[in-house]
Amino acid sequence: MEVCNSSVISLREFGCEQTLLSRPDGSASFIQGDTSVLAGMYGPAEVKVSKEIYDRATLEVLIQPKVGLPSVRERSQEQCVRETCEASLLSYLHPRSSLTLILQVVHDDGSLLSCLLNAACMALMDAGLPMSCLFCGVTCAINPDDQIITDPSATQEKECRAILTFAIDSTDHKVMMSSTQGSFSVNELQQCIAVSQKASEKIFQFYRDSVQRRYSKAL
Amino acid sequence: FDLNIKITFGTDYGCCFVDLGKTRVMAQVSSELVAPKESRPNEGILFFNIELSPMASPAFEQGRQSELSVKLNRQLERCFRNSKCIDTESLCVVSGEKVWQIRVDVHTLNHDGNLMDAASIAAITALCHFRRPDVSIQGEEITLYTPEERDPIPLSIYHMPISVSFSFFQQGTYLLVDPIEREERVMDGLLMIAMNKHREICSIQSSGGIMLLKEQVLRCSKIASVKVSEITELISKALENDKKARKAGERCGFAESMPQDRITALKMDETPVEMKDVTEKAEDIVKKSEEPPQTYPLNTRWQKHRKYLYI
Repeated sequence: MEVCNSSVISLREFGCEQTLLSRPDGSASFIQGDTSVLAGMYGPAEVKVSKEIYDRATLEVLIQPKVGLPSVRERSQEQCVRETCEASLLSYLHPRSSLTLILQVVHDDGSLLSCLLNAACMALMDAGLPMSCLFCGVTCAINPDDQIITDPSATQEKECRAILTFAIDSTDHKVMMSSTQGSFSVNELQQCIAVSQKASEKIFQFYRDSVQRRYSKAL
Repeated sequence: FDLNIKITFGTDYGCCFVDLGKTRVMAQVSSELVAPKESRPNEGILFFNIELSPMASPAFEQGRQSELSVKLNRQLERCFRNSKCIDTESLCVVSGEKVWQIRVDVHTLNHDGNLMDAASIAAITALCHFRRPDVSIQGEEITLYTPEERDPIPLSIYHMPISVSFSFFQQGTYLLVDPIEREERVMDGLLMIAMNKHREICSIQSSGGIMLLKEQVLRCSKIASVKVSEITELISKALENDKKARKAGERCGFAESMPQDRITALKMDETPVEMKDVTEKAEDIVKKSEEPPQTYPLNTRWQKHRKYLYI
């Protein structure tokens, strides 16, 4: 199925703030359009004996929804974020310690999983944890006119027949994690991956700019 | 006393952030139509929940009901429910069948002391900010309008109870208002007074086993009344500003209130993504990939199995 690529594809405006909470070791808030997520990171810290791993750090991810208690949806999102973080963190440098990442959903206006991934990466950077690569999350959606839109808002997500979220790493721009819902063809999948890789370049540039700005006075 | 209280609102109605010094909490109000309690068929239901998020302090664990969380929940319920600050009868839609359940979730984001005060300010501000959907009854049918069809209605709130905490040191000799976390750890006792701006006390709680003289309690209540009137002013001003901004059609929310002049914050506008060689790249990958393995329809396999089984 041919997907038209002449549509205007853009990412919503995004913003981030680092070190906004005093208690966590690293904290960041990431905003994509109206979707915003607050991330807090504690670690490396002492771990419970039942959870300790002898040669690596134990990573725990908690996602708190805005209303109500965490449910199965949050558990599946936690798994996606945890797998991505474990792939990029150098956890062998901190054996028998725990890393706790807490993500609070502040407002959900579409592309929530990618916003969670971006906030997680910024919080890990802010905490100064050693990582082999950075990662970013990009959401693509295929609307009924067979066009690919990136970073959809909640209203756009409702109309689309497929929503795909990819976590892309910064060194090789390869896919670290993918989470999809809806039906799409093999061709469309490859196109969405290619679009996400292009979009991730913009996000990584944004990471570089914000970290540069943050440490501009210290250097 | 030092008044660094900052109140910001989120994008949708009923969401607000309160910064009390470094302590940060977020409150979200949501509404749902449910069947009322059997003992009170004419009244709506109010539900309060304080979540001590593990983000706020490394001592908080997810899911475990610690003593502090039970204490805060109980205090918040006493402060708001027993003081009847919200008109629950106006939340009734069909007596005995459908009433509004208003749920207030307070998430603690950073614990630097005095979570109770921050939570009470956040809860009452969020309740004042919240708008519930409009409902109309025609005979037996109830129609619930979306915010686009009809403007949502604010809750009817009689008064705003706000709690002020005092910590005592050295058997009542020294008194501190609004203790920070380190002060809370070494204090002898804590006194919490919830009051509204009409100088009516909604609730008093004294814990820690300290014995207070009645002059001390009266002095504390005087300090509390001054503080409460200042805080109520601040809340009304913040609500006014937000109402004006929404009317003028400005974008409101966490994104807008993010400070731009700090070096720890950065914002980027809408950026286009280049899509020049995307289709070629994708087609290339699909062509180069292997053929998917041949799939066999299920019934032939079953027939083969059946032949072997009956031998």
